[in-house]
Amino acid sequence: MSQIEKTWVRVATCDAVPPREGRAAIIGSREIAIFNLGDRFVAMDNRCPHQSGPLCDGIVAGDAVVCPLHAWKVNLETGEVARPANHNECVRVYATRVDAGVISIEA
Amino acid sequence: MKKLVVVGNGMAGVGCVEQILRHAPAFDITILGEETHVNYNRILLSSVLAGEKPADEITLNPLEWYRRNDIGLRLGVKITDVDAERKTVTADDGSVIEYDTLLLATGSSAFKPPIPGLDKDGVFAFRTLDDTRALLERAAPGVRAVVIGGGLLGLEAARGLQVQGCQVTVVHLMSTLMERQLDPDAGNYLAGKMEDLGVRVLLRRSTTAIVGDERAEGVAFEDGTILETDLVVVAAGIRPNIELARKAGVKVNRGIVVNDWMETSDPDVFAVGECVEHRGICYGLVAPLLEQAKVLAATMTGNRGPVYTGTIQAAKLKIMGVDVFSAGDWSEQHADPVRFEDRALGVYKKLTIRDGKLAGVILVGDTSDSHRYMNWLRTGEDLAAHRRHLLFPPPGADAGLDIAQMPETATICGCVGVTKGTIIAAIHEKGVNTLSQLKECTRASTGCGSCTSLCQDLLRAVAPEFEEDGRKVLCGCVPFAQENLREILRSQRLKSVQEVLDIYGNGRGCEICKPALSYMLDMLWCGDHDEDRSARFINDRVHANIQKDGTFSVVPRIRGGVTTPAELRRIADVAEKYDVPMVKITGSQRIDLLGVRKEDLPKVWADLGMPSGQAYTKGVRMVKTCVGTEFCRFGTQDSTSAGIEMERRFENLFTPHKVKMATVGCPRNCAEATVKDIGLVGQEGGWQVVVGGAAGKSVRKADLLLTVETTEQALEAAEIFFQYYRENGNYLERTYDFVERLGIDKVRKETVYAPEPVRLALLDRLQKSKASSYDAWQEGRSPVNRTQFIPLIPIGPVQDVVA
Repeated sequence: MSQIEKTWVRVATCDAVPPREGRAAIIGSREIAIFNLGDRFVAMDNRCPHQSGPLCDGIVAGDAVVCPLHAWKVNLETGEVARPANHNECVRVYATRVDAGVISIEA
Repeated sequence: MKKLVVVGNGMAGVGCVEQILRHAPAFDITILGEETHVNYNRILLSSVLAGEKPADEITLNPLEWYRRNDIGLRLGVKITDVDAERKTVTADDGSVIEYDTLLLATGSSAFKPPIPGLDKDGVFAFRTLDDTRALLERAAPGVRAVVIGGGLLGLEAARGLQVQGCQVTVVHLMSTLMERQLDPDAGNYLAGKMEDLGVRVLLRRSTTAIVGDERAEGVAFEDGTILETDLVVVAAGIRPNIELARKAGVKVNRGIVVNDWMETSDPDVFAVGECVEHRGICYGLVAPLLEQAKVLAATMTGNRGPVYTGTIQAAKLKIMGVDVFSAGDWSEQHADPVRFEDRALGVYKKLTIRDGKLAGVILVGDTSDSHRYMNWLRTGEDLAAHRRHLLFPPPGADAGLDIAQMPETATICGCVGVTKGTIIAAIHEKGVNTLSQLKECTRASTGCGSCTSLCQDLLRAVAPEFEEDGRKVLCGCVPFAQENLREILRSQRLKSVQEVLDIYGNGRGCEICKPALSYMLDMLWCGDHDEDRSARFINDRVHANIQKDGTFSVVPRIRGGVTTPAELRRIADVAEKYDVPMVKITGSQRIDLLGVRKEDLPKVWADLGMPSGQAYTKGVRMVKTCVGTEFCRFGTQDSTSAGIEMERRFENLFTPHKVKMATVGCPRNCAEATVKDIGLVGQEGGWQVVVGGAAGKSVRKADLLLTVETTEQALEAAEIFFQYYRENGNYLERTYDFVERLGIDKVRKETVYAPEPVRLALLDRLQKSKASSYDAWQEGRSPVNRTQFIPLIPIGPVQDVVA
């Protein structure tokens, strides 16, 4: 990882992201999509590797999100493109944690 | 080999040839047919007229069959003479054909009652495929039709014409419809049902003439009254065609007389089918003909032995929603009647019992037990054990008849005469797995088709690899066809997408099934469901259309495309205030503000002060209008007012796919109503309501649904179709695919020509949905979720490290 230093950023209270939905969080110059998978939150860059579509606006399908622009499917745990096949691009994912009802992202 | 000439290419003649081919080859066969078609299923002509089946689907023996079996076939020739001495027949083209053996399968003709005017244009019979095609050509919405004859054929013709949009009256000489099959009480029930369908029934009317100049214009009755009409169908019974037999010197009575071996008075001339009289009876239904054919084939091929002893007459009316069945001798002379009736349900059942056995049966409104009764009639079973449960199966037992309990000898297909044992043998020995294979192999279910579900049940129970005819499932997450899903959701009262996925699917769902299920729940429960925005596409969460850069487009509702200076000024102000990159007039007579940021949406809506135009969703888009009578010098209807009212009635509702509409004031069609999902086309004195048009990926001219006089009638027809599409369309199926899938005839029959209660129920459910609908842009003020439109901003400083 070329990232020099990572810090935990307190993003929002848990109720800001409804179950099976995503929201964009603006952290510095970055836009990160946070998803509520019911039992945990996951986070990744809010840019589809295809044409930069806002992944936070996609429909959550199990452990993947489907980009609203052209239905590319991205794995929420790994950031790998699950559809179309044979695409090696990877969306950067971030660790998340919840403390006292507040979601934090390691960014 | 002996030369066999068959006169008649219908179900009996060809059915007999099929049986002959099962024996050792004995004949060089030539079939001569007066009609120009290969052998087709005459019973299904009413289905063709009603638009339930295309004409080419009722073919029984394609040309290939004749070729494969080395059968000489000549079509379109009428045999005019027989010389039994020289053993020749003569055709109307002068050709002379020699035979060693002659088979007369000349069938019967429509009886023409002795009334003047039957030769006028617009007077039809209903016996052949050509008759049916001719009728279909004339039948159209608004055309008045009179059917003379209230028997089986007349009633089926009447319903068929009515489905085509005609205003139909059935005129019957007797006081009871189908009086040869029904007693007066059953006839009353039937008449009521026909009237409910919208077919007028006149009883005890004696027709004295067809009036009009060249064309039929009316039907005159004995009492001097005249019923005006555009076309007349004569269905006053049939007469056996015995002229050739008479010329051949064969003994004839009402029909060609045959004995139990199916022999006539001439050892080289045989006869089969409707033209035959056996033990004093001429049969006009298909089952007896095929029984005769089997016996005759044995006799003709030198296997004389089997005898034909007559058939229990059974008749079934093939009109959807009007179930009528009659069999045997139902007269109450020397018999005990057993009756049940329920006026509210429209159910009437009567059995007659003679000497402890079933003698006859009449069923109206519920014919589900007809197979049970037919088997009792055939077997002459002693009913003592069933006496307490004659009209309904004993409690606890399966309703009607459980396929497993039927004896192997029980007849499944009464038309062709196929038993349960034969079907099971075909499944085991010939590897039959599908209904079409079963039809091919045993011919079961190729007659009237009423045994189709029994055949399916049997296949399902016995065939190791039974396959339903191809069904398309919604997606892998919930592997059911959409129509099944709708039924599951309704019957199981499921009200949330996640619940459906958990119980019937993989628990996860995807971008295909989630929006589809969301739609179904909204449509079914009219807002009384658990709305789950996570299952909606982003457009339906933020009520705007996502663009390639992640911004959104905003299209306010401008009903009918009619706006005001004040509205335009507000739109202009909004565009400037929010730096809207592009303001565009759409192809739908609306204004599109493109490039609006998600967080600005609620403010833009508030400043516009206009409702959502739903330009982002699978729902009602707009009604495009032309200028109409208000300003246009060609306009015949007020298309702008009609369009605005139409948009008001339909707006805010969701549909399987987007619905675009238009109203035009004259057939010049300036707002392109004929390529819209629903269009109203104004014309002098009324409107045409057209549906299923398209001008997108493909272009399709809309089908005519109905022609009406008033704007209110036009809007109501549009509403009925609209709700029908909402309830029966598959998600993401546009009306033009929907109408093509179902066929406009079926759509008409189930919407504007459906019985009144059905139409009212559709309208009622539409009103319920409408009442719970609302302008989505109101959510700008109170979003479903407080963060719906705004990005999250970190709560603490970025450096705030949590230990």
